[in-house]
Amino acid sequence: MGDALVHAVDDVTVSVRPKEFVALLGSSGSGKSTLLNLMAGLDRPTLGAIFAHGRNLAEMSSEDLAQHRSRTIGMVFQAFNLLPRMTLEENVELPLRLAEVDRNERAGRVREAVDRVRLSARLTHRPSELSGGEQQRAALARALVNRPTILLADEPTGNLDSATGDAILHLLQEINESLGMTMVMVTHDRDRAARYAHRIITMGDGKLLSDGNRI
Amino acid sequence: MKTRDLTELAARNLREAVLRNSLTTLGIAVGVASLVAMLSLGVGLQELANKRLSKSGLFDAVFVSSKTNQRGLGRQNPPESPAPKEPAKILDDEARQKIASLTNVVEVYPEIRFPSEIQLEGKPYSTTVAGIPASAKAEGAFDGMKGNFFSSQNADEAILQIEFAKDLSSQPDLLIGKSLVMRYAERQALPVEPGGNKSAAAPGAKSSDEGKGLSPGFSIVPKEKTFHIIGIVETEPATGIGGFGRGRLLIPLQVAETLRITQANDLRGILRRSGSQRTYDSLTVRVKSPSQVKSVEDAIQHMGYGTFSLLDATKSLRLVFAVFDLFLGIFGSLALAVASLGIVNTLVMAILERRREIGILKALGAADRDIRRLFFAEAGVMGLLGGIFGVTLGWLIGTALTFGTNVYLHKRDLPPIDLSSVPWWMVASAIAFSIVVSLAAGIYPASRAAKLNPVEALRYE
Repeated sequence: MGDALVHAVDDVTVSVRPKEFVALLGSSGSGKSTLLNLMAGLDRPTLGAIFAHGRNLAEMSSEDLAQHRSRTIGMVFQAFNLLPRMTLEENVELPLRLAEVDRNERAGRVREAVDRVRLSARLTHRPSELSGGEQQRAALARALVNRPTILLADEPTGNLDSATGDAILHLLQEINESLGMTMVMVTHDRDRAARYAHRIITMGDGKLLSDGNRI
Repeated sequence: MKTRDLTELAARNLREAVLRNSLTTLGIAVGVASLVAMLSLGVGLQELANKRLSKSGLFDAVFVSSKTNQRGLGRQNPPESPAPKEPAKILDDEARQKIASLTNVVEVYPEIRFPSEIQLEGKPYSTTVAGIPASAKAEGAFDGMKGNFFSSQNADEAILQIEFAKDLSSQPDLLIGKSLVMRYAERQALPVEPGGNKSAAAPGAKSSDEGKGLSPGFSIVPKEKTFHIIGIVETEPATGIGGFGRGRLLIPLQVAETLRITQANDLRGILRRSGSQRTYDSLTVRVKSPSQVKSVEDAIQHMGYGTFSLLDATKSLRLVFAVFDLFLGIFGSLALAVASLGIVNTLVMAILERRREIGILKALGAADRDIRRLFFAEAGVMGLLGGIFGVTLGWLIGTALTFGTNVYLHKRDLPPIDLSSVPWWMVASAIAFSIVVSLAAGIYPASRAAKLNPVEALRYE
């Protein structure tokens, strides 16, 4: 990530360059999600180091890790993970609350993020009133709202039909290109990984199987 | 997270599980209510007792007497004992005015009580008449009296004690509005004759030298005065020291004073070297509140008079009520302690239910501290709402108890009372206590939620 080296899972060494779009490929249980969580600072390695922007996540306090998740990382999940009782707007605003962004600034930032995923018409809707694709776009807007440098996506198309999934991946690609955001996407769909990512890293049983361009 | 955002999120979470949170809040409210109801009863009973006692006129009064009035009556000091440092201070009008001008003194008045012959519709009745000061109106004795209290201290009006009224008529109520004639013995001062008193001319009198310095004395003349009966009182209002002086026909004290009625102590007074000046055997000093009795008593003692008050009795009464309130408070708090377990339960349940949400919040950048504060805020809000609702409920319980008691008292022809009292300090401290207890109950759930592993929490379905 960034200029940093990432050592993770079992003897895995991966490095992701800035603005790169990397796909982490592997079957379930291959350790790809764990690697993603380690990058996100949601989990800590028992051994080794994870560097993001020159700082070792493994040595950070839980407070600093929270800061890392808040300012550096944006996350998108397979299950969208929107809070069901909040409207789209409130869901997108949530990271801004957690990052203690000034109230006056929030509305503009939310609008910007929602515009980018083309959901402006749905601001007051609750997640249950949105389609799967819309929910994932809302989750994407939430991940973007704090203007992180790294976007981590855990099977973002896993719960979507193929057309909608393509639309989401297209959006990710667009964001990667227009904002220059570094992306790591966990997927088990080799074709799509090949279509959208700059580089594919394959994992199996917690080990790195291959790391290269468009395998 | 900023406090405002935190509060908004907490309020939103509470609204979400509205039934469970309401029930928990209700549990706290019941706890607070029981605490408030108990304490309000304790404080109410204390206030009631204080009010009744102060109304009795015993606890806010200082009884003043001339220090040496017994010794002055011919009893000589034993030769070996030193003579008093200063002459006996006499309770005269000057002393009365001086005492009346002390701070916190409401009224200073002598005890006036004398035997009299009453004429009502031509029939004679003998009874005891007492002069009643204006401040007596506030005393409990006149609560629920029939008719009215004296319109002024100068009015020729009389209030009958019920037993006496029954003696006068089989239908005592009809006596109000009638007039009666009171016979009394008037003191008429005799003129001072040069060289001694008037009695010098009497047969067998000693030489005029022996009468020097004695007051000229007075003659006693029967007089009559008409009074309008304006009221009937159930009890005999206390007058004088310790409330022992009682009368069955009550007239305004000021009227009684202007009549120059001969009283028992006049016999003693005539022997003193007080000239023609009016002296008092004792004076009753009415003080603003029982708490000021001590300072007034000290000031009067400093002036050189003997004093007597029932201050110590109120002190021990206060102690009894302090212990009483403490125990009521402890019993009331037990319900709140049980309610706090409800908070622990609700919040622990909320953690299980909101595991995933906690995981999401952490993934989005929430620190452990934010999660802990969020759960704390929820406990605090429940405590605040429970406190407010509980105080209201407790007040309602107290009011209902007062109402019920008053219905009971009314049936027995007794005056109504204020059984419970919820002063502002009780409202504030009950709400504060409720919040503190709720926050304490939130410590365990909040730290448990904060420690939740986000990866596991996100995996939770």
